[in-house]
Amino acid sequence: MCIPGVLWLILFSIVPLFGIVIAFENYNPGLGYWKSSFVGFENFKYLFSLSDATRVIKNTMIIAGWKIALNIIVPLVFALLLNEVVNLKFKRAIQTIVYLPHFLSWVILASIILRIFSLDGVINQVVSLLGGKPVIWFSESKYFRQLAIGTDVWKEFGFNAVIYIAALTGIDPNLYEASSIDGLGHWGQVWHITIPGIMSTIVLMTILGLGNALNAGFDQIFNMYNPMVYSTGDILDTWVYRIGLVNLQFSLATTAGVFKSIISFLLITVSYWCAWKFADYKIF
Amino acid sequence: MVREKTAGSKAFDIFLYIILILLAVTCLYPLWYAFCLSISDKSAANSGFVSIMPVGFSLASYKEIMGDSKFFNSFLISVERTAFGTIFSLGVMILLGYPLSKTKREFPLRNIIMWFMMFCMLFNAGAIPWYITMVKYHLLDSIAGLILAGSLPVFYQIILMNFFKSIPAELEEAARVDGAGPWRILITIIVPCSVPVIATMILFISVGYWNEFFQGLVLSSGDRHYPLQTYIQQMVISTQNTSNLTPDQLKLMSRLSNKSLDAAKVFIAMIPMLVVYPFIQKYFVRGIILGAVKG
Repeated sequence: MCIPGVLWLILFSIVPLFGIVIAFENYNPGLGYWKSSFVGFENFKYLFSLSDATRVIKNTMIIAGWKIALNIIVPLVFALLLNEVVNLKFKRAIQTIVYLPHFLSWVILASIILRIFSLDGVINQVVSLLGGKPVIWFSESKYFRQLAIGTDVWKEFGFNAVIYIAALTGIDPNLYEASSIDGLGHWGQVWHITIPGIMSTIVLMTILGLGNALNAGFDQIFNMYNPMVYSTGDILDTWVYRIGLVNLQFSLATTAGVFKSIISFLLITVSYWCAWKFADYKIF
Repeated sequence: MVREKTAGSKAFDIFLYIILILLAVTCLYPLWYAFCLSISDKSAANSGFVSIMPVGFSLASYKEIMGDSKFFNSFLISVERTAFGTIFSLGVMILLGYPLSKTKREFPLRNIIMWFMMFCMLFNAGAIPWYITMVKYHLLDSIAGLILAGSLPVFYQIILMNFFKSIPAELEEAARVDGAGPWRILITIIVPCSVPVIATMILFISVGYWNEFFQGLVLSSGDRHYPLQTYIQQMVISTQNTSNLTPDQLKLMSRLSNKSLDAAKVFIAMIPMLVVYPFIQKYFVRGIILGAVKG
């Protein structure tokens, strides 16, 4: 029964790994993996001497870092707010609606969001009404990161809250009853029962999130950025795409890809190990 | 829980409802906006008059799409990719998930395959070696390539496996006593017991295939082979990128551009999602939680 799955892993995950040799070669597609000239760590040296590389790594870490933090905090606050709602029908309706953006692609959402933030878009109409000067929001390098982070948090907060909502329903109702007999007020209950009750989930999500420190979200950035905002918005993955598949510098792009993969691998392994050590979480 | 109704808590309730409703509105607004643009008069849409309600009424954009063979072609590629891809992928995942849900004693290779799979999920060589491999397999410009590139999402595989684990062993035991083999147990017991998680997987996998645009872009040599999301990425987003034009060129562009038509394409690409979503959403919360928090 395992054969199709294992075969797939070998063909589509393991075979491409042999391509790592490109990072140590001056790769020429005409000559292939074996005949291209071997250059050792030259590509890595060259990569880190490029100002572009340090710029995209910095952008990646800033965007990814904010996304990790806000994608934990905002869904948590949302779940706590939703937990205060007594009317079950209202609660369900809200949940159904806020999960929806998660299921729409960045291609779709970016095309609409770019329109809303365009020169004659809705946001600029409001800005003009308030007496401001309209700008093309996604072409301003000083706004791009904030917009990318904000729209990502907006897209995912509902879906990310699922895990907290589940943890909230797992809290023993007797605790609330006992504490209200003891005279604990509503906010006291939130602080002393609700938050500690889901603390292990919060810790777990934080640890697991750290593995994404180099994942700033290719699909989103690729569909939202443009040359005007490369200084703040260009990330490792979009840069690798451009130098590799557009400019056809295969060796340099693979070097950057391998660098990212090694760092991510270490980060994720460490974060899973911590999750197992401190939150007793085992992925399987 | 009983809460005394003070003025303070009432004020909080109002505040709470307003915040939640506002959040829900922001989640629906982009969809509504695209819909409004798509059915508004072309000139009103292009001049930026559409914001909250459609201005005028015109189905011209949808009529134009009906005659656009490239759009239709891409739509068809996406439908085929999603339908066959979901069936294929689900099959592979169920077949792999069942043996992996056993203990090491029952299935000696279990931990080796498990670690192998984790390694494959966590470590990759990046886009270029993957692309070269796909070229060598002759998987360019084909539906097979678009399907095979993403058939085994390891994270979902683990959720599925954890769910299989939570099915009571007594059920299998009883079937085995009655003489059922592993294939029979899988088909008559495991699969029927896993409807919520399988429904969740169908949702996730099909959404994954439907929404995927990057593989569609790099594995296609021309727009005849684009799946729908790639088509929209190329036709709608790339042309919105007006930052390096002069103001005069910008004016000309906006006269020629057709926001209503673009919005109609985007809206059509959302429709399958909007149709399927209400039916499956009641399963997926249960599916994720049961799979992620092991039984």
